Amino acid sequence: MFDSELQDPQLDKLKHLFSHRALTGETMVLNMGPQHPSTHGVLRLVLELDGEIIINMVPIIGYLHTGVEKNMEDKTFLQALVMSDRLDYLNNMGNNLAYSLAVEKLVGIDVPERAQVLRVMLVELQRIASHLVWLGTHAGDMAAQSMLFYTFRERDDILDIFEMISGQRMMTSYIRPGGVWRDVPSGFVEAVRAFIDRLPAKLKEYDALLLNNPIWLDRTKNIGVIDGQSALAWGITGPALRGSGIAYDIRKAMPYSGYEQYEFDVPVGKNGDVYDRYLVRREEFHQSLRIVDQALRRLSPGPVITSDRKVAAPPRSELGTSMEAVIHHFKLYTEGFSAPEGEVYVAVESPRGELGVYLVGNGGPRPHRIHWRTPSFVNLQALPVMARQHYIADVVGIIGSIDIVLGDADR
Amino acid sequence: MNHIEKTVAILKEKFGSSLLRVAEFRGETTVAVKRSALIDILRFLKDTPDLNYAFLADLTARDNLPAEPRFVVVYQLRELQSNTSLRIACPLPGQETELPTATPVFINANWYERELFDLFGLTFAGHPDLRRIVMPDDWQGYPLRKDYPVGCEEVQFTFNFDDIDRRKPYAKS
Repeated sequence: MFDSELQDPQLDKLKHLFSHRALTGETMVLNMGPQHPSTHGVLRLVLELDGEIIINMVPIIGYLHTGVEKNMEDKTFLQALVMSDRLDYLNNMGNNLAYSLAVEKLVGIDVPERAQVLRVMLVELQRIASHLVWLGTHAGDMAAQSMLFYTFRERDDILDIFEMISGQRMMTSYIRPGGVWRDVPSGFVEAVRAFIDRLPAKLKEYDALLLNNPIWLDRTKNIGVIDGQSALAWGITGPALRGSGIAYDIRKAMPYSGYEQYEFDVPVGKNGDVYDRYLVRREEFHQSLRIVDQALRRLSPGPVITSDRKVAAPPRSELGTSMEAVIHHFKLYTEGFSAPEGEVYVAVESPRGELGVYLVGNGGPRPHRIHWRTPSFVNLQALPVMARQHYIADVVGIIGSIDIVLGDADR
Repeated sequence: MNHIEKTVAILKEKFGSSLLRVAEFRGETTVAVKRSALIDILRFLKDTPDLNYAFLADLTARDNLPAEPRFVVVYQLRELQSNTSLRIACPLPGQETELPTATPVFINANWYERELFDLFGLTFAGHPDLRRIVMPDDWQGYPLRKDYPVGCEEVQFTFNFDDIDRRKPYAKS
């Protein structure tokens, strides 16, 4: 509570963002976070409240800023890959893919068919895993605590699959410029098949807990409404945009990795509220399963990484017999490969929305500039628009419904 | 004539003297424009019904040190019917760091521009809320500039902890 002016020097800098009523003490300025358990990471919100109603909200981010873009400029294209996983820690495969696509476009690398299919399969599994985390934490925020235990159980199966192929559960670095790291081990196809056969029954269980649960409906319907045109103007993408009735999906709009060959629907909502965003993601589970199923059928034997020795290391077996291979191996891991002067922008559909990579080459083996257009950063900007005039208790629901990852927002 | 060719033709006709360069690379079109006409061009691209670049997908910059123009600000626009992307690049003359804000045209430019202010030290005239966004408020310098070294924070180990600590700006006990 502030009497005549905002005394806190930090809040003083935000004075212009609050109404004059905050200065007279008529409304209350309240700090929320960055250690609040329901802000999905280290998000800090400064709320201006009239009673329990939110008049305005100022999101403050940066607590997870690690200077990834700067660091990547200091590494070769191959070294920089491992930093991409760490941005959005629920979408590791998707980040690897966005980065790899940008490097491939800049350098001009072709990717073999089997690698394309594997990529699609893995990013869709990753989308399911990410949505499972979203569902568990989002429902948990609104007092349906038990969801988390169920969704994490299923997510673990996906992480087991990732561990099987890359040795890592989260920071996979499996998708690389030119293809994927190496071919999947035996048992992979069976494991994926078993998982996609198992999941639909589990999704029914989740529905039984939430879909018609009166408390859930009360807490999500007509909360955090944003209409389609405002959502576009704020640059919102992904399920948050589709929940407002705009069927915009990068996989359909600008297909990459062969998405144009897969059959799937883009679910949309009507009202643009928290409930519709829930319905959109709920349906996306099924669509992702459809895509994984088609990818499994499409998977045929073949190379998984480009045979261009300038960008991909030669197979281990060649190193003992070919001097050329040794030279390529050495050059690739010491100097790296060079990209021409030029700039590209590549966008993929991450579980949260449009994940874009703007990459500039300068003729050398390191990126001159790399910029991550991350969906969490952009979607978060519209949070105050959705939250105004709602009760303070609804804030956590609205945050959950845009599914932010702070590692993604702060980079 | 597809949408991007049409756009470039209309831009050339309408803003001919303000366009610096039209480049194509890997199927992406970049139009470099003068700073003085930047906002007019952005507004024209957004509000002309034929062009309809209503979606600002990304806004960022790059530092070309030691070359000049040093800073280039890049706007990634998209038209959502045919999914045509257009990149508008605005090189700032010499070493200059100021340009007009795009927030009256695209409201979501707000945070992007704060990010550029924070990491590149670019200032946007007329921006409603130009504060640092990801770095701490009291941070010195602009990390994404090319003359800002990587790892300029010294790493403290047990043997040199006190030495480095003495050089740090915060109050010592």
